[in-house]
Amino acid sequence: MSLQPLDPRTAEIFPMAARHLLGDTQLRKNVRHATDVIQNKRRIVVDEMPDWQELRESGKRLREHTMQHLREYLEQFERNCTAAGGVVHWARDAAEARQIVVSLAKSAGAKEVIKIKSMTTEEIQLNPALAAAGIRPYETDLAELIIQLGHDQPSHIVVPALHKNRQQIREIFRREMNLPDLGPSPQDLADAARLFLREKFLTVPTAVSGANFLIAETGGVCVVESEGNGRMCLTLPDTLITIAGIDKVIPRYEDLGVLLQLLPRSATGERMNPYNSIWTGVHPGDGPKAFHVILMDNARTSILADAEGRQTLNCIRCGACQNACPVYRQTGGHAYGSVYAGPIGAILTPQLMQMEHAQSLPYASSLCGACYEVCPVKINIPEVLIHLRNKVVKEKSWADPEAIALKTVASIFRSERRFRAAQRLGRIAERPLVRKDGQGDGWISWLPGLLGGWTQVRDLQSMPKESFREWWEKRAETKGGSDV
Amino acid sequence: MSDARSEILARIARATSTGSPSSWEEIPRDYRQSSTASDRELVDLLTHRLHDYDAQVVEASSSDAATAVAAMLKAREVSRIVIPPGLQSSLLPPGFNFIEDTGLSHAELNQCEGILTECTLAIAETGTIVLQNVPGQGRRAATLVPDYHLCIVDAAKIVATVPEAIERLNPTAHLATTFISGPSATADIEMTRIKGVHGPRFLDVVLLLE
Amino acid sequence: MRISLFITCYNDTLFPDTGKAVVRVLERLGHTVVFPAGQTCCGQMHYNTGYQKEAMPLLERFVAQFRDADAVVVPSSSCVAMMKDHYPKMAEEIGRPDLIRDVAELLPKIFEFSELLTRRLGLDDVGAYYPHRVTYHASCHGLRNLNLGDGPLRLLKAVRGIDLVPIANVEQCCGFGGTFAVKNAEVSSAMLAEKTTAVLNTGAEACTACDNSCLMHIQGALHRQRTGVRTIHLAEILASTEEGRA
Ligand code: SF4
Repeated sequence: MSLQPLDPRTAEIFPMAARHLLGDTQLRKNVRHATDVIQNKRRIVVDEMPDWQELRESGKRLREHTMQHLREYLEQFERNCTAAGGVVHWARDAAEARQIVVSLAKSAGAKEVIKIKSMTTEEIQLNPALAAAGIRPYETDLAELIIQLGHDQPSHIVVPALHKNRQQIREIFRREMNLPDLGPSPQDLADAARLFLREKFLTVPTAVSGANFLIAETGGVCVVESEGNGRMCLTLPDTLITIAGIDKVIPRYEDLGVLLQLLPRSATGERMNPYNSIWTGVHPGDGPKAFHVILMDNARTSILADAEGRQTLNCIRCGACQNACPVYRQTGGHAYGSVYAGPIGAILTPQLMQMEHAQSLPYASSLCGACYEVCPVKINIPEVLIHLRNKVVKEKSWADPEAIALKTVASIFRSERRFRAAQRLGRIAERPLVRKDGQGDGWISWLPGLLGGWTQVRDLQSMPKESFREWWEKRAETKGGSDV
Repeated sequence: MSDARSEILARIARATSTGSPSSWEEIPRDYRQSSTASDRELVDLLTHRLHDYDAQVVEASSSDAATAVAAMLKAREVSRIVIPPGLQSSLLPPGFNFIEDTGLSHAELNQCEGILTECTLAIAETGTIVLQNVPGQGRRAATLVPDYHLCIVDAAKIVATVPEAIERLNPTAHLATTFISGPSATADIEMTRIKGVHGPRFLDVVLLLE
Repeated sequence: MRISLFITCYNDTLFPDTGKAVVRVLERLGHTVVFPAGQTCCGQMHYNTGYQKEAMPLLERFVAQFRDADAVVVPSSSCVAMMKDHYPKMAEEIGRPDLIRDVAELLPKIFEFSELLTRRLGLDDVGAYYPHRVTYHASCHGLRNLNLGDGPLRLLKAVRGIDLVPIANVEQCCGFGGTFAVKNAEVSSAMLAEKTTAVLNTGAEACTACDNSCLMHIQGALHRQRTGVRTIHLAEILASTEEGRA
């Protein structure tokens, strides 16, 4: 499958994209399997923590505090990172960030760069920009490698290739690595990736990474990973370029005591992921000789300015909400038309687009709250979804059929008299649609217009002859009251 | 036109001008920050967690540490082993080719079969070993490129929880620091955990008691 | 106790039997039920779909109708969640100090039906009889927003003659989600298919819940597929006795 880069500006609206993906049985099976496995692992390592709720509360409060004081913490990070030999750059938007990375890579003389999985670089579509400048990016995370070699797009923020199964991955590797005899076991596939990238790690002198946390107090950067590809990229090249959203900063080193408990258990269901790297500027004799970090806004400050949307920035990108989401579990990530899929994508993407695109995403949720329940920093995603729906509605024209319908209903509810009349009218209006079933009960199997979605797979019981209030009033009149 | 830095900082200042400031100290911290586990319990928990990661663990006293190292290396059939500068010589058994890392090239590191280090501390609850760039642990590349890592963990360096570890590391926060929890792994293919992708595929531990 | 019934707009119109059952159970327990006649809708559909402005007058109407109640019972977990989660913020936004105060005083007196029985009245056994095989669907709002916990199950377990069977993945959403079921009909249907499979796998004759909106959705598919499995609100089970059904 070949996909255009996920771009909310050009993506299909969610219900349409979802309709296509729901037809892909294999994809749905893969997504279901993967999310089931992570969720079960997560549940076990979360349940064993007696203080999980206290950790979540600290995580939330820590992130809230950071956002309120974002300016001072970014300035502090910049100062300390610079003092330790790093170079700090600032980027207002994606274009500026891309341009900084490309020009840094060019002046390092790079023909190739090795990359650690980074959703921020996906967000700004860095790889096409590097390629256009004649620099070949090599994704080194196994999942990202599968995506890159398969000309595919990520569908999950932690496990980007979870929509592919081993046979599909084997086919990609066979073709792209020229390994006709490659075996199908996950071990064979991982070994192939190890061999494919080993020489690149040892020889490519420039790396690009994201960051999990920027530590204001020390100027240090923390990257959390599993495979060791991250460590390779962070330590072997001469030049390291790290790109991070401004939301990635944390106040103090001590805060890792909270976040390094919340993140791994939520993300991969591990007590700790195999590797965490923390470095501060340039360490002589250990790792890159030049270190650049780009602090990128790209609409994050507009999210910060919205009191109700702001909690979106508290996200630590663990992906737990995606695994828990019953909508994501049906469609996988591509339906969201953004590298940020699932519940976090449904709130983050439209806000990154400043509500100009991706307006269907806040509606891609039944508001069941499973995301909020698992979120390690207690982001109330349903609340933000409703807030964003309100913003979408405010933009609607008065002639929008849905707006007309809902405003009419609201005016009915504002008056008891109108409500009674509507109840009676409903019984008359539905009459032509009602059919009796075998039990003699009335059911509706077809509804017009906006409501047609209901009757695609469901029937609707016809309205009872008498509303509750009519019954109540009759009963009061006849008084008796004892025999209900 | 203003530069990106001042523009972003100004946007942040505008965005946060209405909220009420809070101090870092006010953040509630009702999670566990220490543990009452005994030394033995910590050793057992760490061992258990390391076994979960398929690491081999042996206990030894400081007088027979070198013997334990020799047994591990033999069992894994590695003989060309990198050692960081400053590693205690009492840990080194005879009969192996120990190569001190005096700035080996990537290619030279890649020729070595293993790496032997000490560690700054270990976290029992998560089975984590923490390395920093200090004598006996060395630079990051050396513990990464060779396929086998044998780590000597002094039982006195085991803490129970992550917050305790972070607190102990705080004074040396500026050092390059790596948390290692089991061998390199991935679950990217059907969420099946596979040991060993790019980092060392095998990790063993000698636990020094007393 | 004098208990005010907020029937909710859709129960009033589509599920009057649920309201009758609530009245029957509470009167059987010796309480007096009152029904403020001017009530209509809590505003949930509007609020959750993004029509906050339209929901505001409905909040004001609700408060005016129920301000003086000692306790309010609502046989719909999602409507109670709507009020508890959003009314305080909405009142702030309207900005009338009396409204803010009324909402703050009223909210602790509002109970979802099972919650009223187990938490406010401290009852598990309300003397019901229902000799059928039943499975319980924990609606998301009851489960997560109201933390009903095992309250509804305790009530069901105390019903004489009932054969209560657990459903797989009880915490998973049925896919209703209000206007979601229409706006994202395909995804909603896919979620519903998982839920109806889980219901059918229990072998139950009936699926119950504290929320008719989920049940209407589940029933719609069970009927379309001609499964013969019914849905029934918890109140209607609890209203049934040896003497007869509500
Ligand atoms: S919103 Fe919460 S659960 Fe979702 S990715 Fe972010 S931190 Fe994780």
